[in-house]
Amino acid sequence: MIDVINLEKHFDGLQVLRGISVKIDKGDIVVVIGPSGSGKSTFLRCLNCMEDPTGGQIIFNGVDIADQRVDINVHRRHMGMVFQHFNLFHNKTVIENIMLAPVYLRCQDLRRAKRSNLVTRFTNVFRAKEHRKELLPVTESKADIKRKARDEAISLLKRIGLEDKADVYPSTLSGGQKQRVAIVRSLAMNPDVILFDEPTSALDPEMVGEVLDLMKALAKEGMTMIIVTHEMGFAREVANKVLFIDEGQILESGSPEEFFGNPQNPRLKEFLSKVL
Amino acid sequence: MGNFSQKIDKFIEIFINQNGYVRVIEGLKNTLIIAVLGLIIGIVIGTLIATVRVIPKYKLLPRILNGFCSFYVGFFRGTPMVVQLLLFYFVMLPLLGQRMTGVQVAIWVFGLNSGAYISEIMRSGILSVDQGQMEAGRAVGLSFGTTMMKIVLPQAVKNILPTLGNEFITLVKETSVVSFVGAADLYVAFNYIGSNSYEFMVPYLVMALIYILLVLIISAGIKIMERSLRRSDRRH
Repeated sequence: MIDVINLEKHFDGLQVLRGISVKIDKGDIVVVIGPSGSGKSTFLRCLNCMEDPTGGQIIFNGVDIADQRVDINVHRRHMGMVFQHFNLFHNKTVIENIMLAPVYLRCQDLRRAKRSNLVTRFTNVFRAKEHRKELLPVTESKADIKRKARDEAISLLKRIGLEDKADVYPSTLSGGQKQRVAIVRSLAMNPDVILFDEPTSALDPEMVGEVLDLMKALAKEGMTMIIVTHEMGFAREVANKVLFIDEGQILESGSPEEFFGNPQNPRLKEFLSKVL
Repeated sequence: MGNFSQKIDKFIEIFINQNGYVRVIEGLKNTLIIAVLGLIIGIVIGTLIATVRVIPKYKLLPRILNGFCSFYVGFFRGTPMVVQLLLFYFVMLPLLGQRMTGVQVAIWVFGLNSGAYISEIMRSGILSVDQGQMEAGRAVGLSFGTTMMKIVLPQAVKNILPTLGNEFITLVKETSVVSFVGAADLYVAFNYIGSNSYEFMVPYLVMALIYILLVLIISAGIKIMERSLRRSDRRH
């Protein structure tokens, strides 16, 4: 589903990624580990062009999204992202946080369809009957979209047990609650893949579990996930592929059993001996 | 003190019996119109400029826009308001062959001028919002502009509201220079009363009082707005 080919990134002469190639299939749980400053976060942020790659290709659903001419906003809808610091919208309530993007983007599509239909209807007047263009289907109204999104948001909140927090602002939630809301916010877009950028690193230890549990549940449902984390236990348990990145390169990759059980690369061995 | 009560009598005579109050009300109206419309134009221009200035700049168009905005801010911050009023009224309008009343000119110049200041206020407001907010908006597929409008700017405005209130107060007080282009504001009204009674002490005192009252009312209004905007910070 995502095919990363020779990805490179440099910031003003500082080379952070030096040619990363990896293939991620549907349903994969890929965990990326590495020492700090190794480029693992940059790698993840390049995948949805949060940082523009300076070289290489990222083929996502058949399109090279590293290409500057591609409208990245369209592709980001299918790529959720969860941040270390949650980044819930402070000025929106919990349910608004979840509904905002689906409602706005679907309404935008609706407006575009209506506009293009208007043009089609007008130009059809000048076309012969057999050459008339079909109108785009407009089945929903704005109210329908909103109602549907609200229902979806509430069922997502129920799933994480926070439906009673729907109308409060994020500032009143605990870190773990914030991160779970952030995860369902990205779920609300029905993404093909979710990128996790150290989702538990900013949490108090007693809250790490609830977030990891939600991620495990997602993994069981077959969601494709790419996770940068320091939670080795989680990686071993959930991942089906582990990448070790250091100095902007993938030094070792494999299934968790061989990765943790029989590491080959000396730097990985050293890293594991420090963190395990 | 007998002298002073005489002066007050003179003032009341002109203020009430010779319809001085009509001019004062007219002046007050113009002062408020110029300040309020100036602020609205200023906020629109300031927001646009501030947004242009925070767009990432590795493409050509943002760079050109950014250069233009720097020039604009430089010009309006670098010349006195009076000079801008005079330039607009006596240079630009004749060159364009347009006619405008003094009040209209004042509204535009105040708007353009405060736009330059508000752009810097707004920019600091935008920069005060955590970068993660923009990233989160972009990550769910919203465009730069949409995220700006829906997420970043509302938070920025909340942060800069006190400073924006300051700017409004400055505008209200600065209106006292619009008589340069023939607009009748508070100052013109009281000046009229003064010169008709050959007595300036009381009219100018009353004028100062009205300005102070105005500013107090505005400050109270800003406080109320701030409180309602802070809602999302409150812990329930």
